[in-house]
Amino acid sequence: MNILVCISHVPDTTSKINFVDNDTKFDLSGVQFVINPNDEFGLTRAMWFKEKQGAKVTVINVGGAETEPTLRKALAIGADEAIRINTVASDSFTVAKQLAHVIQNGGYDLVIAGRESIDYNGGMVPGMIAGLIDANFVNNCINLDVDGTSATASREIDGGKETVSTSLPLVIGGQKGLVEESDLRIPNMRGIMMARKKPLNVMEPIDNAAETTSVKFEKPAVKEAVTMVSVDNLDELVSLLHNEAKVI
Amino acid sequence: MEATEKNLLRGGQFLVKETKCEDVFTPEDFNEDQQMMKEAVTEFVDREVWAKKAQFEKKDYALTESCMRKAGELGFLSISVPEEYGGMGMGFVDTALVCDYISGATGSFSTAFGAHTGIGTMPITLYGNEEQKQKYVPKLASGEWFGSYCLTEPSAGSDANSGKTKAILSADGKTYSITGQKMWISNAGFCSLMIVFARIEDDKNITGFIVEYDPKSPNGITMGEEEHKLGIRASSTRQVFFNETVVPVENMLSTRGNGFKIAMNALNVGRIKLAAACLDAQRRVITESIKYANERIQFKTPISSFGAIRQKIAEMATNCWVGEAATYRASKNIEDRITLRQNNGKDTHQEAELKGVEEYAIECSILKVAVSEYVQNCTDEGIQIFGGMGFSEETPVESAWRDARIARIYEGTNEINRMLSIGMLIKKAMKGHVDLLGPATAVANELTGIPSFDIPDFSELFSEEKSIIKNLKKLFLMVAGAALQKYGEKIEKHQQLMLASSDILIQIYMAESAILRAEKIVKKEGEDKVKEQVAMAKLNLFHAIDVIETAGKHSIISFSEGDEQRMMLMGLKRYIKYVNMPNIIELRNIISDKVTKENKYCF
Ligand SMILES: Cc1cc2nc3c(=O)[nH]c(=O)nc-3n(C[C@H](O)[C@H](O)[C@H](O)COP(=O)(O)OP(=O)(O)OC[C@H]3O[C@@H](n4cnc5c(N)ncnc54)[C@H](O)[C@@H]3O)c2cc1C
Repeated sequence: MNILVCISHVPDTTSKINFVDNDTKFDLSGVQFVINPNDEFGLTRAMWFKEKQGAKVTVINVGGAETEPTLRKALAIGADEAIRINTVASDSFTVAKQLAHVIQNGGYDLVIAGRESIDYNGGMVPGMIAGLIDANFVNNCINLDVDGTSATASREIDGGKETVSTSLPLVIGGQKGLVEESDLRIPNMRGIMMARKKPLNVMEPIDNAAETTSVKFEKPAVKEAVTMVSVDNLDELVSLLHNEAKVI
Repeated sequence: MEATEKNLLRGGQFLVKETKCEDVFTPEDFNEDQQMMKEAVTEFVDREVWAKKAQFEKKDYALTESCMRKAGELGFLSISVPEEYGGMGMGFVDTALVCDYISGATGSFSTAFGAHTGIGTMPITLYGNEEQKQKYVPKLASGEWFGSYCLTEPSAGSDANSGKTKAILSADGKTYSITGQKMWISNAGFCSLMIVFARIEDDKNITGFIVEYDPKSPNGITMGEEEHKLGIRASSTRQVFFNETVVPVENMLSTRGNGFKIAMNALNVGRIKLAAACLDAQRRVITESIKYANERIQFKTPISSFGAIRQKIAEMATNCWVGEAATYRASKNIEDRITLRQNNGKDTHQEAELKGVEEYAIECSILKVAVSEYVQNCTDEGIQIFGGMGFSEETPVESAWRDARIARIYEGTNEINRMLSIGMLIKKAMKGHVDLLGPATAVANELTGIPSFDIPDFSELFSEEKSIIKNLKKLFLMVAGAALQKYGEKIEKHQQLMLASSDILIQIYMAESAILRAEKIVKKEGEDKVKEQVAMAKLNLFHAIDVIETAGKHSIISFSEGDEQRMMLMGLKRYIKYVNMPNIIELRNIISDKVTKENKYCF
């Protein structure tokens, strides 16, 4: 089985979010980047297929050279090779188009993407890929088994789960459940040493005109300071609600 | 810049030569692989160690052992082991890095890791013969076996060569029989291999042996109960008794009587690694303290905005940052020296490694002392920032404080290491490896001359600091030179003088490393972007000068009188002089503003 895992390079969840250039760009300074958590669940499941079923695992990312450490981490975790499509990941459709092109020419049986990236949370790429390459698609996938060319996948639905059987080629939008947090792998030292020796192919994009451009980002309004009122001082509370908050 | 015989300082030479910032390695120079290693280790520690901190405090020795096994699976135990013996064969900086980031969460795991990978494994990789290395090292590198190091005895602590444990050769000449008592043995409770030091007949020096241990067939080895300790509570520490333990002669390490040397060299490596191991504990305590200070409200204000707390936070961050600067500087020197020795073709890898570390034994002692004292201060002030909560077992600073205490005691107490640093320097000078006498004479001449009254141009960043560091080195040479002239080799008997001189030496190394680190970052990033680092380097130097002034005064007064004393005291004043005094309160505020805003130690 030939697996392609789509890896998004996203800010660590604890990052401080700020914008620069008149609020048109995300401020990168001091931000640490990681493998998108949903993709990491997928990558870990792919490693299982590699170890148990002899699958070959390729990881792919659409992005500039600065995303290579993230790909190399995926290699250190155990992926066999990596591809970077050398263009800015400006919007979901651009990314999906680039990925679909590689997938169509690469002969992949299974494409594992995350159901969404935690940076812009578009949640569209896996579905778009499936549409573009005309493959089966399971989103919000929380379990996946493959036997020959048939696959059994479970997906999260409102208040429960649904199990479907389908066949390869298949695209999934994966999430936690594919594996659990405790299954996530820490790259071991040998893996880190080997990562450098594994192929990381840089491919130029096909027609990469973005369909959308960001005009402006806004952060939610800052929460006002909290005023603590002692439990036995109801008068003060009423007066504050009336005079300052002006809600009563 | 690539290290060459010409630009790579020898051990101790920092005192008499100037170092360029391009020639030091700093944590900012970690390459992508090192960055990935740092993240991998941190992820492991966050998940497996930090998350279970409370369990370690309940003396869960089995947890320490299972964490060690997991560390083995991830390859963390084999970083410095050569590839031929199942290791990664990585450089000394990588070794220091892993040791640093793996050690921050609890001293229990840190000690187990250090004892196994350092003193438990290194004696064999450094001194073992081919058969011994083939037989034992792969097992140690993978974590299949754990190692311990049995040197200390009830009556032989700092005086390690005075051990009473005996090794008696059998009549057929095939085995030694070891009998004796060892104490304070880390990892004793779960080790399969012991490096045991014992005396053969009435030899002057002890001899090292590799002793296998299998509880199912104990071969005369029995263990005391676990010691109940102030800190590192889940690190196994026991007495080990040997009663006619039979060891094949092939298991002698190196040659008869070479054990003391092995013991000391293993400790050299251990010392710099211990310094590294004291770094991440500081980062974690600082971050926890900042988070707490930002959240804790008193007088309707987060306590992090009070000057009293800001001062503590700034000093804690500064020490940690300075410790990093010096530890990685020396680690890279060791790595480069090893590579150079190997490349010149004369040394095998093993010899190169041994001599590379030995070369910087002075720096290793300096670092052990300085950084173990930083972590002690850091955890102490951490508790103070937490106030009453800091005294509670529920906060991570409480155990960090207890755990930090041991670092000043093991791997040679800080007193022993202070004296060693000066003792080794004197030996190096006598062997001609470091020319102290020439510069000392030059300083003495300078002192009798008329000082220049011109006000130098210090407009360039760090030009004044660098000039002060040069002067501090002169001050050391003045004090140590005069003391040595007065006492000769008997100087070793004047311990308080040795300790004071060592304080000067330590402060110089740390302060210079900090200035060089800051200068290097400024050159890369521009001063505006790194004003906090500049502030830390300056703040540290200011404190260093205070310590040096006191230590210098104590020393000078102890061995001189009359005109000579007056002249030296004047010299002291001259050498610690600032033209432009830094406003240290302002410096502290720059530092604390940054870290409280980032809500973590962020350098
Ligand atoms: C938790 C723990 C783990 C340890 N792990 C190991 C281990 O794995 N293997 C091992 O072999 N050992 C181990 N040790 C032993 C440790 O290395 C010794 O405790 C240490 O070297 C000090 O020796 P001592 O305790 O006998 O103190 P002493 O040597 O009795 O020292 C007592 C005091 O006297 C001072 N002093 C001693 N001699 C001099 C001198 N010549 N000049 C000036 N001052 C002096 C010391 O600095 C100290 O302040 C461990 C100890 C502890 C507590």
